[in-house]
Amino acid sequence: MTADHEAHNPALLHHFADAQQQKNAASLGMWLFLVTEIMFFGGMFCAYLIYRLAYFNAFAAGSQQLNIWMGGINTAVLIVSSVTVVLAVKAAEAGKRKLLTGYLVVTVLLGMTFLVIKGFEYAEKFEKHHVPGSTFNFTEKFDDNGKQIDVNPKEAELFFSLYFVMTGMHALHMVIGCGLFSTLAVLAWKGHFTANYFTPIENGGLYWHLVDIIWIYLFPLLYLISRHT
Amino acid sequence: MAIKAATPVIPANQVPKLNYLTNGYGLKSWLLTTDHKRIAILYLISVSAFFFLGGFFAMLIRLELLTPEGDLMQADTYNKVFTMHGIVMVFFFLIPVVPAILGNFVLPLMVGAKDLAFPRINLLSWYLYIAAGVLFLHCMLSGGVDTGWTFYTPYSTAASNTNVIEAGLAIFIAGFSSIFTGLNFIVTVHRMRAPGLTWSRLPLFIWSTYATSLVMILGTPVIAITMVLVVAERLLHLGIFDPNLGGDPVLFQHLFWFYSHPAVYIMILPSMGVISEIVPCFARKRVFGYKFVALSSVAIAVFGFLVWAHHLFVAGISLYAALVFSFLSFVVAVPSAIKVFNWTATLYKGSITYATPMLYAFGFIGLFTIGGLTGIMLATIGVDVHVTDTYFVIAHFHYVMVGGVLMGYLGGLHFWWPKITGRMYPEGWAKLSALFVFVGFNLTFFPQFILGYLGMPRRYWQYPPEYQVLNVLSTAGASILAVGYLLPMIYLLWSLRYGPLAGDNPWGAAGLEWKTASPPPTFNFDETPVVTWEAYNYDEIPEPKELEAPVAR
Repeated sequence: MTADHEAHNPALLHHFADAQQQKNAASLGMWLFLVTEIMFFGGMFCAYLIYRLAYFNAFAAGSQQLNIWMGGINTAVLIVSSVTVVLAVKAAEAGKRKLLTGYLVVTVLLGMTFLVIKGFEYAEKFEKHHVPGSTFNFTEKFDDNGKQIDVNPKEAELFFSLYFVMTGMHALHMVIGCGLFSTLAVLAWKGHFTANYFTPIENGGLYWHLVDIIWIYLFPLLYLISRHT
Repeated sequence: MAIKAATPVIPANQVPKLNYLTNGYGLKSWLLTTDHKRIAILYLISVSAFFFLGGFFAMLIRLELLTPEGDLMQADTYNKVFTMHGIVMVFFFLIPVVPAILGNFVLPLMVGAKDLAFPRINLLSWYLYIAAGVLFLHCMLSGGVDTGWTFYTPYSTAASNTNVIEAGLAIFIAGFSSIFTGLNFIVTVHRMRAPGLTWSRLPLFIWSTYATSLVMILGTPVIAITMVLVVAERLLHLGIFDPNLGGDPVLFQHLFWFYSHPAVYIMILPSMGVISEIVPCFARKRVFGYKFVALSSVAIAVFGFLVWAHHLFVAGISLYAALVFSFLSFVVAVPSAIKVFNWTATLYKGSITYATPMLYAFGFIGLFTIGGLTGIMLATIGVDVHVTDTYFVIAHFHYVMVGGVLMGYLGGLHFWWPKITGRMYPEGWAKLSALFVFVGFNLTFFPQFILGYLGMPRRYWQYPPEYQVLNVLSTAGASILAVGYLLPMIYLLWSLRYGPLAGDNPWGAAGLEWKTASPPPTFNFDETPVVTWEAYNYDEIPEPKELEAPVAR
């Protein structure tokens, strides 16, 4: 870094012509990264779709065993966290350091709340022997409008395999998101971001929203779609 | 002349004192560099190491197949050897070779940028490549893996006793390296082009690398999740791909080939771009049908995503799906053919010089055409059912992968070697090794077409004695090919010290990378270049004078 660079904008990297070019590059890069995330989860959604069509009854019966309350509360938690992310970006735009830090911290706390509730949900699956593997046990029947239909436990196990892989991958993304936002909160507290430079807040926010949106798809597909009662 | 020289002219035969190579000497200045040119050199060293490792496995395969009996190794060992040959060559050589070495070096130069958009992510992607490589080396040393590079389930998840998990994780990590490279290239092409460098003025290497990057970021995440599922299935006994547990192995094949077929285009597209640079330069003509060559790269990237199930014709997919995928596989041949026709048309009435890069370009055009046409044969369901899993398929994809990708890579490496190092390679030796590569390659792989047609299956360590003559020919060819690959390593290293100084533009080539010094300074251009000319304006560029005699140092 030459003294010349430091004089006008310390955040501007040497290989960019100006701050606008740097910002455009960063946000295009982030959007492309989100595309790769969608393709990543897309593989699992594809597997889910195929097995749901193949083993409809088992998937419906499995779906009814999920805890809709914990899933519903978690959905609300994530939606609120998306709001606090938006407010954080607003605060960064206005250059309000303390407010920005506050919203980032609240976002991290909401993310952790989600993970804790998810942990209780996983614990419940262990208790009910709904975790795939040698201890897996599934005797519930699928109630199709008054009729009771037997369910092949192997097929139900597949539903729970997909449930764990999909929500597990999502939870891993939440953990990464919490780490990312904690870092951003520390940087924000130290005054790293100004009204002229807050690209990392914006891009971190994009990541957080994407992870939320993936949950918004997971929740109905796993919990709601086959629920009649 | 409409060319505006943006950098101060450095007299020919004099290396600029301060360039990217002399800017810091310690190990740290290399391992912590964010200079795309230095990262390209890091890739050059590491990818070459994996190439020779993969080549070593290839030689073991060819030696075993010299005789009909399994005398050099037993079936288990042979399974591991061909698997590791495949994994090393596909994931650690073919996919990164042209984008990460040549692309990393010339892409920012070609668009007139100081660096890639995200230099630190660029370095990160090299470290991810190394991490994946080290993990896979450990996997090999601790027993290896025997599933074939395709990891077909349920064998890989329920039956194999080898190190599948480690190999799967290595591929997962290598995938991230590839994703970050692609992402970096796309953003750089969109956001970092020099003033005046419009899309219709971009060099064709940029177009093809851009198309490659699209495939990288759209396809690689799918192999990543597939590998995660395979690893999870092995570790936690999930049944997603295991028919015993209700899963579907054909789903695995769909997910695997959804990436791995487009991955073929990740490999071949950048090499096609290299050929599009070399042919106009050594024919002294603007490339014929610039727009068609440029857009055919994008067309290949798009159609390349729609043909994957032609790997599944015998896997029990529906007849109608097979018909559609057969048809689409024919369609993807069209943009590839457009490129071949346009290169040939560029040669027509050109003033052709037979320098080494051009020899490789000729090799590429011929061998890729054979590889592509046999691909059309394989896209035909009736023929495919007959030759599935035979040496015909092996020969077909080696014509594309080795005859195509490697020819393009070696051509590009020789073409840009003076830019990378500031020195010329010895032309005589280079021509000799190009000859070795061409003859050795054809002798290795042409007999395999016949072997496959006669019914010799792939992946066996023994074969009936009537196949021996053709197998001996193939092994003989592989030995010649090995010499052809070892020679460049020797003379290119020699040229670092003893090669004649190249000057900024020894080929009289168009393109911004030739308008800066050789080797370029750390930030590529002293002043941001302004482009006011079309790509490949060879009618405006004088032919290069004969190179002067080597200067001893």
